[in-house]
Amino acid sequence: MYVAVKGGERAIDNAHAWLAEERRGDTSVAELSVAQIREQLSLAVNRVMAEGSLYDPDLAALAIKQARGDLIEAIFLIRAYRTTLPRLGASEPVKTADMACERRISATFKDAPGGQVLGPTFDYTHRLLDFKLAAESEAPQASEAEPAKGQTPHITGFLNREGLIQSEPESDETPPDLTREPMELPADRALRLQSLSRGDEGFILSMAYSTQRGYARNHAFVGELRIGSVPVEMEVPELGFAIEIGEITLTECETVNQFTGSKTEPPQFTRGYGLVFGQTERKAISMALVDRALRWNELGEEDQGAPAQDEEFVLMHADNIQATGFLEHIKLPHYVDFQSELELVRKLRREAETQSMPEVAE
Amino acid sequence: MTEIETRKHWMGLLAKAKPQDVAALFEDVTLNPEFTYLRAPEVGGVMVQGRAGATGAPFNLGEMTVTRCSVQLAEGEVGHAYVQGRDKAHATQAALIDALMQTPEAERLRLAVLAPLEQSQVQARTARASKAAATKVDFFTMVRGED
Repeated sequence: MYVAVKGGERAIDNAHAWLAEERRGDTSVAELSVAQIREQLSLAVNRVMAEGSLYDPDLAALAIKQARGDLIEAIFLIRAYRTTLPRLGASEPVKTADMACERRISATFKDAPGGQVLGPTFDYTHRLLDFKLAAESEAPQASEAEPAKGQTPHITGFLNREGLIQSEPESDETPPDLTREPMELPADRALRLQSLSRGDEGFILSMAYSTQRGYARNHAFVGELRIGSVPVEMEVPELGFAIEIGEITLTECETVNQFTGSKTEPPQFTRGYGLVFGQTERKAISMALVDRALRWNELGEEDQGAPAQDEEFVLMHADNIQATGFLEHIKLPHYVDFQSELELVRKLRREAETQSMPEVAE
Repeated sequence: MTEIETRKHWMGLLAKAKPQDVAALFEDVTLNPEFTYLRAPEVGGVMVQGRAGATGAPFNLGEMTVTRCSVQLAEGEVGHAYVQGRDKAHATQAALIDALMQTPEAERLRLAVLAPLEQSQVQARTARASKAAATKVDFFTMVRGED
């Protein structure tokens, strides 16, 4: 029960003024610009765009500054802003086959056409603190080589040619949108993918990890991981044809999973799919593993009762804004609620005491 | 290229361009056409879709910010723009260029605005592709020293 209590205004105003001062920190240290955050904390920016479910690097950088680096708070700010935007339409599905790949690796085929392109990765770094970064230095420069020409083909395309991997059913159906209609369970795969793509990285990672440790194990190989930019096209009603309305960076992960076959399907590989805004590969790999685990029913696999197979458990707990909203509300005043609990406990104690009294008298 | 393809191309170019580049190049051509807004610049969101497994059924990935604008020149040509981001001046300039590309000014704009925009986009793309190419693994097999 909520009862309005007045009297906090001055304290709240002063708390917010102090928040602003603390956000700025020591004024003898130069203030951080939004552009600096966008350029130099770009992976934080990418996470805020992915989980805020809005691709706009400048806004994400601003949110990170405002939130003092608390990324879930920044995601909250982006989600709130997003709701104020009129929806201008839906894009054509992006063609990741046309991606200008900056990173593209396969854990399944060493000699994949298009090659293993490492891109700007933390992999193979020694994870030793680099104290040189604490000092100002000249801007580092990357090496260059003759750029590759043409498309980089999808790895699963090769397996598909041999019929060794389940093919994705083609469709152009309008997908459900959880930002417009409340999520209904059971969810179809399109709704699950939307929910996973904007879900909390930590939660999706842990769910994926649980499948690797044996809770609904499905033995995933990273068939392909690719990062790069793709154009976004949208059909414009006033023109009557589709035009490119921008370009976004995406991370895509396709897993190849063992599948022993079922009554209707021969033994073949199956797929898990991850697609996330920005350079966000931990999230994309996690998403692919969880997507695959949630497909147990349609693939005729056994329900092992594992958390990652439980659609209700995964989808209803993946959203960090819903989670933090409900979690953090319990710190706000519940004085009246608690008053009634207090009354109840006192009453129960009184009753217990009067019942035990006669025994003492005997 | 057909007329529609040509128009698609310049509209895409303007949508992906940096607002400051469009502003600077458009200012340099010193065309200040009289126009009215058919639709004042409006910032909104577009839901970006992906496909399950890259080739399967579509799903909603998340939104992106887009600004749209429609203008009509005093002579009657109508220009539209949908540009990435939230810059209203960018959308207005893109819509004006789209309209002016349907007038005798087209060739001048193609040379002074569209060509440099395209060049800088190609350059940026090539620079990143070159860096990516330098990180391509060049596998070699170790041959054992036995005969």
